[in-house]
Amino acid sequence: MTAESVFPQLEALLPHVQKPIQYVGGELNSTVKDWDACDVRWALMYPDAYEVGLPNQGVMILYEVLNEREGVLAERTYSVWPDLEALMREHGVPQFTVDAHRPVRAFDVFGLSFSTELGYTNMLAALDLADIPLEAKDRTVDDPIVLAGGHAAFNPEPIADFIDCAVIGDGEQAVLDITEIIRAWKAEGRPGGRDELLLRLAKTGGVYVPRFYDVEYLADGRIARVVPNAPGVPWRVSKHTVMDLDEWPYPKQPLVPLAETVHERMSVEIFRGCTRGCRFCQAGMITRPVRERSITGIGEMVERGLKATGFEEVGLLSLSSADHTEIGDIAKGLADRYTEDKIGLSLPSTRVDAFNIDLANELTRNGRRSGLTFAPEGGSERIRKVINKMVSEEDLIRTVAAAYGNGWRQVKLYFMVGLPTETDEDVLQIAEMAKNVIQKGREVTGQNDIRCTVSIGGFVPKPHTPFQWAPQLSAEATDARLGKLRDAIRQDRKYGKNIGFRYHDGKPGIVEGLLSRGDRRTGKIIRAVYEDGGRFDGWREHFSYDRWMKGTETGLAGTGVDVEWYTTRERAYEEVLPWDHLDSGLDKDWLWEDWQDALEEVEVEDCRWTPCFDCGVCPQMDTTIQIGPTGKKLLPLTVVNQ
Amino acid sequence: MQRIRLRYTKRGRLRFTSHRDFQRAFERALRRSSVPMAYSAGFTPHPKVSYANAAPTGVASEAEYLEIGLAEARDPEALRAKLDESLPAGLDIIDAVEVRTPNFVERLEASEWQVRLAGVATEEAARAVAAFLAAEQVEVQRLTKNGVRVFDARSAVAALELLPAQVDDGNDTATDRTGDVRTGNPCAILRLVVRHATPAVRPDDVLSGLRATADLAPPVPAEVTRLAQGPLDEETGTVTDPLALDRAAAPAGL
Repeated sequence: MTAESVFPQLEALLPHVQKPIQYVGGELNSTVKDWDACDVRWALMYPDAYEVGLPNQGVMILYEVLNEREGVLAERTYSVWPDLEALMREHGVPQFTVDAHRPVRAFDVFGLSFSTELGYTNMLAALDLADIPLEAKDRTVDDPIVLAGGHAAFNPEPIADFIDCAVIGDGEQAVLDITEIIRAWKAEGRPGGRDELLLRLAKTGGVYVPRFYDVEYLADGRIARVVPNAPGVPWRVSKHTVMDLDEWPYPKQPLVPLAETVHERMSVEIFRGCTRGCRFCQAGMITRPVRERSITGIGEMVERGLKATGFEEVGLLSLSSADHTEIGDIAKGLADRYTEDKIGLSLPSTRVDAFNIDLANELTRNGRRSGLTFAPEGGSERIRKVINKMVSEEDLIRTVAAAYGNGWRQVKLYFMVGLPTETDEDVLQIAEMAKNVIQKGREVTGQNDIRCTVSIGGFVPKPHTPFQWAPQLSAEATDARLGKLRDAIRQDRKYGKNIGFRYHDGKPGIVEGLLSRGDRRTGKIIRAVYEDGGRFDGWREHFSYDRWMKGTETGLAGTGVDVEWYTTRERAYEEVLPWDHLDSGLDKDWLWEDWQDALEEVEVEDCRWTPCFDCGVCPQMDTTIQIGPTGKKLLPLTVVNQ
Repeated sequence: MQRIRLRYTKRGRLRFTSHRDFQRAFERALRRSSVPMAYSAGFTPHPKVSYANAAPTGVASEAEYLEIGLAEARDPEALRAKLDESLPAGLDIIDAVEVRTPNFVERLEASEWQVRLAGVATEEAARAVAAFLAAEQVEVQRLTKNGVRVFDARSAVAALELLPAQVDDGNDTATDRTGDVRTGNPCAILRLVVRHATPAVRPDDVLSGLRATADLAPPVPAEVTRLAQGPLDEETGTVTDPLALDRAAAPAGL
């Protein structure tokens, strides 16, 4: 396969498509290495539009880690919009990388990062456009190894037919280890072809190769067991964890696109993992243990990153950013440093407490105070105990009062609907909470124009969480409950006008649920939907529930199971779950106990501040949570002006 | 406040940069190269940058202009070099002068464009050019936000000529190619000078006019490059340097 640039052919198509700049590459800090000087070549894909994929931290980190290595190159590719896809098919232009516009099929590895299951059809579109057979079994030694990563890869079974392998957990070290295995195999003259390479990867215990595992089913459709079918292949595949984040200060040179993207800021991951133990949260469960980046490490990354990018905003990312041991000093230190430069700071994912108002004040020292966002997730005290989101209404109201008192005028509240054991009453409490928030705001400010926006997402049970056994609420029941809440808000004469209400219908959640907890049989649905035109399923204007339901009928024909079986069915303790052979480090018995605790409305504390609850991750990885404090401060930087 | 006028390019594949994209890239380059920008007053201060007459997305340019306001004086050439280094290759800053004369935008009377028509034989193009020039009025239509608009594309055209066939297109749009894919294919190249009028007549509109008058239909999209914009010399039909006045007004010794 030639690796020659397809840009001349592509260029002729670009005047006919929307936002052509997204396909031309040339981003600041992007890298094009000499093809022939490298012996292991990665094409990295975020299977969504460029504007969403480019800012993705995972891809950016791996791109830089790989390109820093001698003899290794990595280029990026993103999903092309349907207008360009049609032209590419018409003119025979293959899926290309944006860096050097090389055909994806020419690479050794085609790595895809799945933040969400809704990117699966986009993977098939990319494979098809790349002229790589859709199913792994049809590929030859000339095709790249198709590798899946990202959070959705913790249950790779629905895409088992399409990928050659999956890696779960942190990618930084893993991509380098895989690179070495491929390099050795190529240097030896590719002995044993594709199977041999995959076997070598599988034997490490850290790469899941679906073809080396057979799935056996019971008569009722449940899985009987998953068995390795090749010698040396482990029963379970473990996740990768990078322990010292300060050793991996990536991205050092964040990509700065010419095209407009969803996040235009310098992002620094201040810690990985979360110990809050919210039972619905897959990210919080699968990224354990908590590992903090040091305050000085963060300071260096911000400084270097701003110099390299010219961004005007710094995002301090993590699953619960205010939980960093030294977050107060970090926020103050950065705000002090960059006051003159008009750099904004943002802190997504904060919990509800008064401390965060102080933080928010610090972060907006020089700017406007428009809106603050909190995520109580559940409307009633009871349901918050079920999901282990430990915030009382009292806390929330106190926090809100502080916010209004400090000049904030709008509060946005995030909730989920469809949580296990939830009743209409739990959901209607959301309206009460919003009213109380506005009432408090009026009281504190003496003004009537106080806004509160309620934003609602449908709950989808996820693998490797205590709710992996839970029944998902059907789309109809979800919509009915949302309707009741909407009416309760609208009918309120005193506060209704001041409450914004945002929600989505329950249908996309059912498809997400099907793919989240699906098994290998689900793959047939994905293929049917793709062949029926399914693309960009995370985009409301492209998503079609009917197409998915049609795909479910053809895909699951003859299996005896249906979409309800995958979504609204509650699982029992004994059931073999499709992802049991992928080891996230969490002890399945601990997850089950936590599920039972949830049903009994028993909360679990945060292990940052309290003794260990034996979730299983730390002992298995022979570690403990890695948190500060370092006791250091961010010193002002000496201004160097040439 | 010192003000500096800059001339910049959109070359090669970066011609697909929209004006909004360029603005963001430029303002980030200002930050990266620590240019001491003057900021607007108000609730959310913005760096003082004003842009003139941006070329459409997909059209390359050798002659785009903008003006920045500085809080501290800087040497224009040193500033140009620093900014140019900070921008991706293709978005190049190629000239800088300190502002000494007003009414810059009014000076941009016309643009000179080069239009590369791959797959079009020179005889065919020559016939179309002659037909277009012979017409007194050439009605074309363009789809705008407010629906289809019909206007004359002829009167704004100060010059239109067919250039002798050449191998290298000279405008750098071929930088990404390993070889010229069009080798052996005919390729007509037009030079076009258009007055900046209302409604604006763009090279696209002139191409529509060529289609309307002589049925000229290029098989692939035309590659258009703005070569110059500035005062129009009606006699010769050429566009001159809009920064010349500022340069001439500079005190001796600078």
